Amino acid sequence: MTKYGVGQPVRRVEDRRLITGQGRYTDDITFDGQAFVAVVRSPHAHATIEGIDAGAAEKAPGVLGVFTAKDLDADLPCEIDLASRDGTPRADPPHPVLCRDRARYVGDPVAFVVAETAAEAKDAAELVEVAYEALPAVADTALALEPGQPQIHPEAPGNLAFDWHHGDDAAIEAAFAEAAHVTTVELVNNRVVCNAMEPRAAVAEPRGDDGVTLHVCSQGVWGFQPVLAGHLGLPEDEVRVMTHDVGGGFGMKAMYYAEYSMCGFAAKRFNRPVGWTSERGEAFLSDSMGRDHVTTASLALDADHRILGLKVETVAAMGAYYYRFAPFIPTGAALKVLPGVYAIPAMTYDVRGCFTNTVPVDAYRGAGRPESIYCIERLIDAAARDLGLDPAELRRINFVRPEEMPYKSAAGETYDTGEFARVMDACMDKAGYAGIAERRGESLARGRRRGIGMCYYIESTMGDPSEHAGVRFADDGVELLVGTQSNGQGHETAYTQVLNARLGVPFEKIRVVQGDTKRIRTGGGTGGSRSLTAQGVAIHGVSDKVIEKGRAFAAQHFEAAPADIRFEDGAFTVAGTDRTIDILTLAAKARTMTAPAPELEGGLDADATIQLDAWTFPNGCHIAEVEIDPDTGVTEIVAYNIVDDFGVVLNPLLVEGQVHGGVVQGIGQALFEHTVYDDAGQLVSGTLMDYALPRAWDMPNFDFSTIEVPCKNNMMGVKGCGEAGSVGSPAAVINAVLDALWDDGVRRVDMPATPLYLWRLIREAERRAA
Amino acid sequence: MYAFDYAKPASLDEAARLLADDPEAKALAGGQTYIPTLKQRLAQPTRLVDLAGIPDLATIKEEGDGLAVGAMTTHKAVAASPVVQRAFPELAYLASLIGDPAVRAMGTIGGSVANNDPAADYPVVVLTLDATVRTTKGEHRGSDFFPGMFETALEPDELIREFHIPVPEAAAWEKFRNPASRYALVSVLLVRTKDGEIRCGVGGAGPTCFRATAIEDALRSSFAPEALDGVTIDAGDLNEDIHATAAYRAHLIPVLAKRCVRRMLRR
Ligand SMILES: Cc1cc2nc3c(=O)[nH]c(=O)nc-3n(C[C@H](O)[C@H](O)[C@H](O)COP(=O)(O)OP(=O)(O)OC[C@H]3O[C@@H](n4cnc5c(N)ncnc54)[C@H](O)[C@@H]3O)c2cc1C
Repeated sequence: MTKYGVGQPVRRVEDRRLITGQGRYTDDITFDGQAFVAVVRSPHAHATIEGIDAGAAEKAPGVLGVFTAKDLDADLPCEIDLASRDGTPRADPPHPVLCRDRARYVGDPVAFVVAETAAEAKDAAELVEVAYEALPAVADTALALEPGQPQIHPEAPGNLAFDWHHGDDAAIEAAFAEAAHVTTVELVNNRVVCNAMEPRAAVAEPRGDDGVTLHVCSQGVWGFQPVLAGHLGLPEDEVRVMTHDVGGGFGMKAMYYAEYSMCGFAAKRFNRPVGWTSERGEAFLSDSMGRDHVTTASLALDADHRILGLKVETVAAMGAYYYRFAPFIPTGAALKVLPGVYAIPAMTYDVRGCFTNTVPVDAYRGAGRPESIYCIERLIDAAARDLGLDPAELRRINFVRPEEMPYKSAAGETYDTGEFARVMDACMDKAGYAGIAERRGESLARGRRRGIGMCYYIESTMGDPSEHAGVRFADDGVELLVGTQSNGQGHETAYTQVLNARLGVPFEKIRVVQGDTKRIRTGGGTGGSRSLTAQGVAIHGVSDKVIEKGRAFAAQHFEAAPADIRFEDGAFTVAGTDRTIDILTLAAKARTMTAPAPELEGGLDADATIQLDAWTFPNGCHIAEVEIDPDTGVTEIVAYNIVDDFGVVLNPLLVEGQVHGGVVQGIGQALFEHTVYDDAGQLVSGTLMDYALPRAWDMPNFDFSTIEVPCKNNMMGVKGCGEAGSVGSPAAVINAVLDALWDDGVRRVDMPATPLYLWRLIREAERRAA
Repeated sequence: MYAFDYAKPASLDEAARLLADDPEAKALAGGQTYIPTLKQRLAQPTRLVDLAGIPDLATIKEEGDGLAVGAMTTHKAVAASPVVQRAFPELAYLASLIGDPAVRAMGTIGGSVANNDPAADYPVVVLTLDATVRTTKGEHRGSDFFPGMFETALEPDELIREFHIPVPEAAAWEKFRNPASRYALVSVLLVRTKDGEIRCGVGGAGPTCFRATAIEDALRSSFAPEALDGVTIDAGDLNEDIHATAAYRAHLIPVLAKRCVRRMLRR
C-alpha cells in the first residue's frame, strides 16, 4: 500500500498507453460511412451578410449538403448571471451557432459543408459565395468602450457588456484620503491563444433510437449534453456525450462550440456519422482565447507601510460574444484572489466588460486568478520601489499571518491556512535573494542587465463544489467512474492511488472510467484545479459506501455480526479470528448472494456524490532571475525558484509536472505570446510562425519544492495545483525584467516582454535621459 | 491541400523534363516549405515531381578548394558530416541551427536555396562565398543568384543538381532567431576567404540576402569589434513585421557582426 500511498511519486499509469500511440483521442475515432464537416468562416472582423449562394458548393463532388443559420438556427449559452452596479443585468446578445445577418470576428462561422471526405468538404467550402458588406471594426480592448467606436451588438450599446462593481466606495475613499502614500500602476494583461496540443474535434454518431452520440474533446461531458439536445430538439437522455483522451484543455475545451452542433445536426439529417477536426490555423480563429485586460490599480499605504486600501479598475474583453463563463472570469473569479496574501482593510474592484471584433475570450488556465495576482503583485512591487523598500519586505509587512487564520479577505473569501512568510523565506533562501547585488555587478561587467523578481500568489480552487464517484466490480478488477475529465494531468494515476489506498484493490486492477453521460450519472468536469480535491473526496465517499456494504456481505458470508467485521488492507476479517476474505473475492461472491438488505442490492458496487463547502487556497512564492542583453532586448531566465504550499501532496511527480507546465505557460504569456490584431480586426499572429510559444530551449531548470500546510477544508488536506504555475509566473518574470532595466530608466513593462519591445523601451529611456 | 498528381522520376533530367512539359507542375524536395504551402491551400500544382527517388543527389565531397554538396543533402546530413565539420565547421553549425530536428531531417539545401525565403540560411552562404550553383541547364554564380524575395536565377523548369561552396579561411555565423518561427530575424555570416578578403553576408533582414559593405569596409581597415562602433545600416530597405521593425533589424546587423568578429578573433 505504501508503494502507491499518499506522498509517493508514482509514475503515470496512463503514459505507456499515451506515448505508444494507444491513446484514443477524438480524431482517432472514425466510423464506417462517416461524413465530414468544413466550416465557412468570415474573413471580415465585422460585416453584414447580404446573401449566401451555396449553389456551386452543393454541386461539388462528394457534397451532401450546405447549411446556414436558416437550417441550424440556435444559440450558444452563457451560464453566468451578472448584474451591473446599477442592478441591471449584463447585456445579453445572442451567440449564434451560425451568423444570422452579421459576422463579428474573423473566424465567425457563416455556413458549413458536409461531404463524403474532409478534402471534398474543404474544396466545396471555398465555393460557398457569401456577399459581405464590410463594417468598421474595433479589436482593441482599450478603445472598445470609447465614444464613436463601431457598435458590435444592438443589445450592448457602447459595446458595454456589463459594468460590475465590488466593494465599498466610501471606505476606499476614506482609505485613500488618509494614506501617507499612494502607488498607481497601469497594466495590460495580454490576450493569449490557448494552442492545446490536440486541436478540437468532434464526431456525432446517430443512434438507432433516433438519438445522437457525440464524441468530443471536452473538460466534462455533462455541460454539453443539454446544449446539444436543445439544438437538435431531442430529450436530454437521447443525447449521449463521450470524451476519451484529451491532449490539453486549459479552459478552452470547457466551452461548447458551434462545430459540435453542426456535427450533431448533420448526423441526424443524413443518419450517418459526421466528424470535424480543427486545423491549427482554424484553432487560432475559433478556440476561445484567454486574459485580455487593461487595468489601473492603486494601493494606499499608511506611514508604517501597511496597506489601507486597494482600488482596481479593469476593462475586460469578452471578444465578439460570450462563451459559457466569460463574464464571470474577470469579475467573480478574479475577485477571489485580488487582495492576494495581504491584509487589506478596504477594496473596490470595478470591471467593465466590453465586446470587440475578436475571437471570444473565456477561461484560460487560472481563469481570472492569474490576472488578479499579476495585478496585485505588480502593484506591491511598484509600491516598494516608490517607498525605497525591498519588495519582499513590503510583502512581509502586509502578509496575513498564520495566527490570523481563518482570515476573511477583502474579497470575502475565507482563507483556511497559509504560512506566507515561511514559504517566502524558504524561496528567498533557495534563490540566493540576498546575493543579487553581486550577481547584478557580474552581469553588468559583461554588458548585461540582471534583475530579480518575486511573486507571492494565492489561488482559490474548486469550480463545481459537488462531485460524483462510482465503483463497479467486475471479474477482472474494478472500474472507478469519475465525474472529472483528464486532459493529460494524470488523473488515472492519482485516482488509482486514492482508491488503492482506501480499498486495497491492486493498483493494476483499477480502471478509471471518465467522460460518458450514459455510464456516469453526473460530474463537474475538470477546471479550476478542482479534480483531486473534489474527485478525491468523492472517491473517499464511495469507498466508505463500498466498505459499509462489504461489511454486511462479509457478515452474511461468515455468518457473523456486521459489527465484528473489520476491513483492513483490502480484506474483510471477523475480528479476533483468521477468517478473512479479500474485497475482490467478496465482490464476486456478492454478485450472486442474496443481498442482506434491500439497500444492499448490487453487491459491493456503489455510487457517491459529495458536496464540498469551502474552497482550497494553494499559495506559494516564485522568484525569477533574468539577464537582459540591452543590445538585443533578449531576456534569458537564468534562475527560477518555486516554493508551493499545496497542502498534502498525494503524488509529488504529478504535482511537479503540473507546476512546470503552468510556469512555462505563464512565462509564455510574459515573454513570448503576442496576440496581434490589426485595426481592421485581422489576426496578424494567426500561425505558429508568428505566434511564439515557449520552448524547452527557452526555459531554465526549475527549482521546485513544497511546504505542506494541510488544507482544513477537505478531509484529504489537499489544495489544487493545476493552475498555480501560470498564476505565479507572469508577475515574477515581469517584476524581474523591470528590476533589470530600472537603472536604465525603464519605468513600465507590459507583457509580452519580447526582444523588440524591450529594445525599444531601452532606447526610449536612453533618449529621455539624453 | 488540393488534389494533385504525383511523380517520382529516377533522374534529374527526367524530373526537369516533367517540369518543362507542364508549367503547373512543381518539384518537391524535403517538403518543409512546400508541403505547408500546400496544406494552407496557397498553391495548387497539377503535379508534384518528387526528387527523393533520384540517386546520388545527397552527397558531400571535398572538391578543389571547396565542398561539393548535392541538392538533396539534408540539413541534418550537413550538420553531421565529418567532411563538413573538418573543412568548414561553421557550415555544419549553421545547418544544425535550422528549424527543429524534424525540419533538419527532411529539409534540403537545394530546396532552401531554390526557395530563397528572405529568412533562410543557406542563401546567405551561397551569396557570401559566391558558391557555384550547378543545375540541369548549366551553372550560376552565387553572387547573382538571388534577384529578390523568393526569386532566384533559376528557370521554372531548371533544377539544382549541386553546389560548389568555396571553403573560407575563417568564418563565423550568428543567427538571431524569430521568437516564433526560429527562422532568422537577422543573420550574419562573416568570412575571411582563402585570399584574405573579408565578406559579410546578411540574411533575414531584407527582401533577400545581401552583403553589408559598410561592415566589410570597416573591418578591412581594422578587424576588431570596435571597428564596427558607429557603423550604421540603412533601415530603408529592410523588412518590417510584428517581431522586428526595420530599425531594429538595422541595429541588429552590426551587433551580430561584432559577435562574429569576437568569435573569429578568439579562435
Ligand atoms: C518549422 C520550420 C522551421 C524552419 N526553420 C528554418 C530556418 O531556421 N532556416 C532555414 O534556412 N530554413 C528553415 N526552414 C525551411 C527549411 O530549411 C526547408 O528545408 C527549406 O526552406 C526548403 O527545403 P525543402 O527541401 O524542404 O524544399 P521543398 O519544400 O520541398 O521545396 C521548396 C521549393 O524549392 C523547390 N525545389 C526544391 N528542390 C529543388 C531543386 N533541387 N531545384 C530547384 N528547385 C527545387 C521546390 O519546387 C519548392 O518550390 C524551416 C522550415 C520549417 C517547416
